[in-house]
Amino acid sequence: MSVLAVFNTGVLSNALAAEAAADKVSDGFLLANSWWLPVMSFVGFWAILLLAKRINVKNAAAYMGIAVIGVQFAFAAGAVVQWQQRTAVVVEHAESQSAEGEAHSTASDTTEAETSDETHAESLGAIGAASGFSLGSEEGEVVKLRPSVERSVSWYRNGDTDIRIGTHVDGFAVAMLFVVAFISLTVHVFSREYLRTDSRITHYFAALSLFTGAMLWMVQSATTLGVLFGWELMGLCSFLLIGHWWEDRDNTDAALKAFFTTRIGDIGLLIGIVILFFAGGKTFDIAVINERALNGEIRQWLCFVAATCLFAGVIGKSAQFPLHTWLPDAMAGPTPASALIHAATMVVAGVYLVARLYGVFWSGFSIHAGGMNLGALVGSITLVMAALLAFVQTDIKKVLAYSTVSQLGYMVMGLAVGGWAGAIFHLVTHAFFKALLFQASGSIAHSGSHHSFEMERMGGLRKYMPVTFATFTAGYLALCGVFPMAGFWSKDEVLTAAKTNGYTWAFVAGSLGAFLTACYMTRTYTKTFFGENRLHLFHDDHDAQLVNTGHDAHTTHDVHVGHVGHEGAGGLEGAGGLEGAGGHEGAGGHDDHGPHESNIWITAPLAALAVMSTVVGLLQWPKFYAFEHFIANITFEETVIARWGSPEFNLTGVAIPSSILGLLGIAIGVVYFKVFNHDFGLVKRGGIFALVHKVLKNKYYLDHLWTGVVIGFVKGPLAKAAYWFNQQGLDGAVDTAGRTSVGVSRWVYRFIDQGTVDMFANGIGSTTNNLGSGLRKTQTGNVQNYAAIFIGAVGLAVLAIVLFI
Amino acid sequence: MVLNQFLFLSALLFCIGVYGVIVRKNAVLVLMSIELMVNAVNLNLVAFALYNDNVIGQVFALFAIAIAAAEVGVGLAIVLLIYRNRRNVDLGTLSEMKG
Amino acid sequence: MDFNEWVLSLITFLPLVVAALVIALPDEPSQKLIALVGSFVPLGLIIWVLTNYDYSGKGSAVDKDGLQYAVNQSWIPLIKARYHIGIEGIGLPLLALSCLIIPLCIVYSWNHFPEPHNPKAFLALMLILETGMNGTFISQDLILFFVFFELVLLPMYFMIGVWGGPNRQYASLKFFLYTMFGSAFMLLGFLALYFKAGNTFQIHELMANANSMISPSTQRWIFAGLFLGFAIKVPMFPFHTWLPDAHTEAPTQGSVILAAVLLKLGTYGFIKIAIPILPEGAKSWSPVIGALAAVGIIYGALGCLAQTDFKRLIAFSSVAHMGYVMLGISTLTSFGINAAIFGMVAHGFITGMLFFCAGSIKERFHTLEIKRLGGLLKQMPKLGWVLGFASMASLGLPGLAGFWGEFPAILSAYEPHPSLSQSLFRVFMVVAAVGTVFAAGYLLWMYQRTAFGEPKAEWDGHHFDDVHTEEWAAWVPMLLAIVVLGLFPYLLFKITDVPVQSLVEHLNKALGS
Repeated sequence: MSVLAVFNTGVLSNALAAEAAADKVSDGFLLANSWWLPVMSFVGFWAILLLAKRINVKNAAAYMGIAVIGVQFAFAAGAVVQWQQRTAVVVEHAESQSAEGEAHSTASDTTEAETSDETHAESLGAIGAASGFSLGSEEGEVVKLRPSVERSVSWYRNGDTDIRIGTHVDGFAVAMLFVVAFISLTVHVFSREYLRTDSRITHYFAALSLFTGAMLWMVQSATTLGVLFGWELMGLCSFLLIGHWWEDRDNTDAALKAFFTTRIGDIGLLIGIVILFFAGGKTFDIAVINERALNGEIRQWLCFVAATCLFAGVIGKSAQFPLHTWLPDAMAGPTPASALIHAATMVVAGVYLVARLYGVFWSGFSIHAGGMNLGALVGSITLVMAALLAFVQTDIKKVLAYSTVSQLGYMVMGLAVGGWAGAIFHLVTHAFFKALLFQASGSIAHSGSHHSFEMERMGGLRKYMPVTFATFTAGYLALCGVFPMAGFWSKDEVLTAAKTNGYTWAFVAGSLGAFLTACYMTRTYTKTFFGENRLHLFHDDHDAQLVNTGHDAHTTHDVHVGHVGHEGAGGLEGAGGLEGAGGHEGAGGHDDHGPHESNIWITAPLAALAVMSTVVGLLQWPKFYAFEHFIANITFEETVIARWGSPEFNLTGVAIPSSILGLLGIAIGVVYFKVFNHDFGLVKRGGIFALVHKVLKNKYYLDHLWTGVVIGFVKGPLAKAAYWFNQQGLDGAVDTAGRTSVGVSRWVYRFIDQGTVDMFANGIGSTTNNLGSGLRKTQTGNVQNYAAIFIGAVGLAVLAIVLFI
Repeated sequence: MVLNQFLFLSALLFCIGVYGVIVRKNAVLVLMSIELMVNAVNLNLVAFALYNDNVIGQVFALFAIAIAAAEVGVGLAIVLLIYRNRRNVDLGTLSEMKG
Repeated sequence: MDFNEWVLSLITFLPLVVAALVIALPDEPSQKLIALVGSFVPLGLIIWVLTNYDYSGKGSAVDKDGLQYAVNQSWIPLIKARYHIGIEGIGLPLLALSCLIIPLCIVYSWNHFPEPHNPKAFLALMLILETGMNGTFISQDLILFFVFFELVLLPMYFMIGVWGGPNRQYASLKFFLYTMFGSAFMLLGFLALYFKAGNTFQIHELMANANSMISPSTQRWIFAGLFLGFAIKVPMFPFHTWLPDAHTEAPTQGSVILAAVLLKLGTYGFIKIAIPILPEGAKSWSPVIGALAAVGIIYGALGCLAQTDFKRLIAFSSVAHMGYVMLGISTLTSFGINAAIFGMVAHGFITGMLFFCAGSIKERFHTLEIKRLGGLLKQMPKLGWVLGFASMASLGLPGLAGFWGEFPAILSAYEPHPSLSQSLFRVFMVVAAVGTVFAAGYLLWMYQRTAFGEPKAEWDGHHFDDVHTEEWAAWVPMLLAIVVLGLFPYLLFKITDVPVQSLVEHLNKALGS
């Protein structure tokens, strides 16, 4: 029991207020056993890897993956219900350490014989005397919270320090579990069709399972070390999935870049975790760390250092400026994987980290003070910069990628301005609508544009792909923040927080971002679904390639153009983007090359996500704020609520202006891109188009004056400059750093290692050798020489004795 | 008695011996030079014995003469063997030990 | 004497007896069989020891020095050297590692003896190596330790010199001389201890006496001698230059044994001998060791980036990894030393695995030029994925064994022993954390160049067998160990923690804090 006692000196005992122990709430089976979720995934991972190829069912890997995630989804949904049913208890000031050693209900279902001390306690987190705004100090105000469900086992012991691993399930974690399971389920189903003909479908689904497990683990982990495990494991899966088609150098470059860039951020993460380990009193327990950061036990500047270090990890993982460059490249992976990893879940890990360790960031960045802090600054720069970049992309996935970067900036900014619940809500809504948009673009590539993501090959798809169109529209409106779609509510909350908490400049940046988002999404939307379909213009290439590669190619490739502006028919053809010739089910084989709707495996997930994108925002309906109450935890109460109280819906100050901005963005987009059809590079392609182009140009000549003022500047020089800075400045710096370090290391190896250090080692040998051969010459073999030397030496010795003694 | 004369004589003899050992090429002459050096030392021993009125030096000299005789015997035998093998006793050509 | 007293001696000397048998037997099949059986017996014995070991370190099986299965017999009365052996939590994991690696190498060799073949001599040398390594980890007497420590050199010299690559003579001589050079200073240090601290070679007596009997300045000098001996063996920057040559030229099995066990003799020496006997010396030298370790981490990584040869790259990565181990040791904290021991074992499995992969690639392609490789996943998918797994483990991915050597070492550098400079070690911590990025860089770049992409045109029409049965047999235990230790670190930490805590207590007492 000693282990237990040691652990109890930490926050758990502290947190276990007498109240909570008295009216003991049942934990709920699913909440207490949520660690099954990642375990299921890991079992699924090995099962798919080892068994899928032996089962004589087509696409066995896909069905195994879907089965696992299906169970997990049911589990997560059940957990949501159980959490909702959980009784809230009154949060009170923990009296003292008196609860120490008090027997908690100890679950006896041990999994590991060695560490049978599984604690199983309800924790409210500690309500310490928070410096400044203590909860307990406000007399008469009763705060009720659902107690979190804690489980942990000793992982290893180092003397008196017990390194534990466990789960900490609160509303935030449950919400994340649900979102991850939901998105992962849709992605699994979608992939069943999308990668049907891929030769490495087994690896794909195995990696997907592993990824899901890692994410499900991270969001419920009770310790920073546990978070790090999930974090890195997700990085590995991201690497594997971006590099899924590793025959291509471009793809593996992108995979390496992603892993490497996030690892650079992880330097900070590692150091931050180490600092907090010692600052928190030799523990990785997040609840303890948050408590200590808030009640002043960790000095403010140490908090600042730790928060800044951790934020470096966030910048890397959540693709914030200036480490965001990996994310657009990461689109080299299969589209459903991009939807899951690089849009909805993994990239929000950084945001999750900030939200989870909010106590540290709260004191470290002095969020309560308002004005300016590092997080808000980086978030704001990211959200505006990425939105500008999205204008000049011709590849729909890249538009969405930059949009993701921009939205992540939103979330980070939201957290850093004190909009904890709003930012998390935005995380959730964004996960739904961005996964939807990505998968819709995947659907287009799969059935509408011959595996190309170039918008030049799309257009007018509204008629051919009605379901995709409808669902994409839902996602589009949600992203633009149109009432009453999900994005409206969450974006609104972030902006409200920025405005009311004294971060006016962040509010301006956020509003600008909202406007830009609406604008570039309209461009994408119109280019994809409206106007004439342009696929047939590329048809000849496609056929030629079909002949070249033959009809038996079984790999599916997403085709990308490496750089914007690199246009031309030749460049648009990647490495054999074929719809597997194994027969396009129900579509009459290859006779039908035209765009058509995807089948049910693809449209069903889209529909599900579209529904979520529409309704999920209503969870934050003013007055009820169901979502906020669902996720509220002790850190939230101690920070945001204690400082500013619950953020109120602000109709006239925020909601209406931001809606107007969004609609204005859409309107300008429609006018510019749809009505005047300006953005088509196609018209420069010669022949009849040149003629049309000339006519159009004349017509545009008038428009250009006024559109040039607003959009031209933004889309042209500004965005191009930002993109140039992105590619040349930041990307260039990364490349140069890489090249230089190889150069330096080559130099060091040649001249210092081999030339100096090693030479020194060899030198000792050769010096001895040379000395020996020099002395050898004195050995003439002539006895008289020896005698002469001998006598001479004796003579000298005598002389010396006579002279000096 | 005057010690100096003896010492000068023995020093002269010793130097002649050294000269012979280093310069002469003939092994027999080198051996004879060594004898000269030994005898120079003997002379010293006897002289000091007389000077100190002490018999030990003379005893030492007798020992040295006896050992010198043995040494010459061995030395001449080596020279003889060298002569048999090489048909000359020129020390300049004897450098098998060259390193 | 009952079996408890015999078991360690059996584990140590049985391989030597088997080696003699192998030499005596006339035909190849029986030689291989007896070597295999003979190498599995110590493995069985060490498993027996592991199951019967008292992990609490408090039971009746533990003697006053904290040793178990101890034997203390007169050996050379003239110099008071005794045959004193025993095992505690620091040596036990390494002893087990050594007992596991040798049978796996023999299994791997089964049908793949390197040129010029001659299995009899090869197997005998491996078994003699095992005796030397096992003996080092159980010795509780400095002379006994020295004898075993040196015994290891000769078989390895012959393995590299006879079965090695084109430049083998240079490499083997360099290995031998460099290590001998260090050993000479180490022996001087041992002698100084003997004369200065009460005429004894017993490690535990020295631990009790040396600090009070030897002045701090003398301790520094003696420590310097020991440092040179152990640091060359580790090898620490800047004494590492023998390592890439030795690894590049050694046969696969030689590289594996060298990386997995031999390098640990040096780090083990630090933990077992240099630091506990000379706490004041250790205190003065720790910043130097930490600095060299931090430099080594970055330097090894830079060296890796510059390599064009696969095996040489892995050799340089060893320099970086041993940097983490030494950083952990130099903090003189329980976190650091526990991490160091974990790092040693993890590095043994992971780098051993990488060298196995390199050997199998070499056997098939007859080259390890990275430029000529590529598309390994196409040619031999299983081997490619095993290599990928080992690379990921090597870059310290959480959930695999490498992480537990790396992360706690970084952790410990944040708060080193109170007698050391905190700010200095925090600098080392940042450097070490940066090193993790470099590790990702060189390993992934290597993996991209060898495993991803399309195979090079020169191999068109060649057929390459994927992983053979013998290879699986040798690799699966190592792969499993990497995963199991990564997920359940307490399996190892519970062995090491008890003696490490008492070591740190001893240090605290000696350094008066």
